[in-house]
Amino acid sequence: MIRTIIINVLRFIVLVFIQVFLLKNITLYNLSTPYLYILFILLLPFETPNILLFPLAFLMGLTIDAFYDTPGLHAAACVILALVRVMFINITVQKEGFDNEPEPTLSIMGFRWFFTYIVVLTLFHHFFLFNLEVFNLSDIQFTLSRVVLSTLFTVFLILISGLLFYRRKERK
Amino acid sequence: MRNLLIFITKYNAFFLFLIFEISSIIIYVKYNSFQKASVINSANEVTGRLYTQINGLYDYLSLKEVNDSLARENARLRNQQKSSFYIDTVAKHKITDTIYKTQYEYIDAKVINNSTNHSYNYITINRGSKDGIAVGMGVISGAGIVGKVVNVTEHLANVQSLLNKDSRFSVMLAKNREIGYIRWGDDLDPTKGLLMDVTNNAQPKLGELVVTSGYSLFPTGIPVGRVTNLHPKGGGISLNMEVTFSVDFSKLQYVDVVDYKFAKEQTGLEAQQKKDD
Repeated sequence: MIRTIIINVLRFIVLVFIQVFLLKNITLYNLSTPYLYILFILLLPFETPNILLFPLAFLMGLTIDAFYDTPGLHAAACVILALVRVMFINITVQKEGFDNEPEPTLSIMGFRWFFTYIVVLTLFHHFFLFNLEVFNLSDIQFTLSRVVLSTLFTVFLILISGLLFYRRKERK
Repeated sequence: MRNLLIFITKYNAFFLFLIFEISSIIIYVKYNSFQKASVINSANEVTGRLYTQINGLYDYLSLKEVNDSLARENARLRNQQKSSFYIDTVAKHKITDTIYKTQYEYIDAKVINNSTNHSYNYITINRGSKDGIAVGMGVISGAGIVGKVVNVTEHLANVQSLLNKDSRFSVMLAKNREIGYIRWGDDLDPTKGLLMDVTNNAQPKLGELVVTSGYSLFPTGIPVGRVTNLHPKGGGISLNMEVTFSVDFSKLQYVDVVDYKFAKEQTGLEAQQKKDD
């Protein structure tokens, strides 16, 4: 329990640092911007109660907002992400399996499930993030292409980080 | 009550989502100027459209007043017609055509936007450079002077209303032709202005008519208002007095733009004089 908390706090700090000091400066062709920090919300343990999950997502969003000077924008997208996460996990994961599978990581859940999970959640997050940021439906085509290309970038980074911390572990 | 609690705990994710989503959207809209502006703008689009509709209705409601003022103006114009004067000398009539040159030309326009409650009020009219309007022209209505054109696009023009802290117009007392200038009063009252810098020997009376002097923009004798208070606060080495405007700015609908044909020549000449000094 304590170990999980420490790992998640560390993850929070590291991801914010990476996002703010490294990825903030990266944009490909003005279209593709990675938002790796959502990995924190994606990797929270299955057992995280909703009453903790939503505040954590909100807090993560606000922290990023503080650095991006966009109060509320990332927070809103992260809260949506948290809701999608709850629904996705409700649909795809058996409740009884929680004891064996504490965290939705690549090494525990397997590639197929993990890949669908991050693609769906990242798409939702980016879709709302970019549309909230633009706040205008007239350039929807441009916004959507930004959403898709940024999702590709973010998913790519998440997969790399998943492989970096890959630990071979048998599913019981 | 118990059922309600069960309902809330069953769908706690959704309610938590609502709480945090709403709070973040509130933060977002409150602290980001762009979104704030666009929310307010979209609201303005709605209100703007409504205003246009309502304005059409108001046009109908005020038809009677517009009619009255048109009839009055018609009568005034008819009074000025040659046919309403008895021609006593033939010679005068003969030379009229050759020696008269158009000095002022009037372009009619409709007010499409107006305000009276700011300290810098502007009026938008539906005539622009295409109709011959240029920056610096005077604007009058049937009742008196209204302002000065400050901005022109192809089809629209922006008029600096007399109800503007920057407006100054050269006027005079109708009886003894003492010169002064009119500006808007300090208390933002849309019916009252101040007549400034009249010489001390003018001896104005209450209710005396104030008209344009003809020194700039406007022809001589366009009414401005009537003197209603001889001793407003302030004052100094010259006489100041309070004037009630003859134009009701809040009901302004139709105006005429005055094209002073010699405006360029006059300003050029005066500028030359200043340079020579």
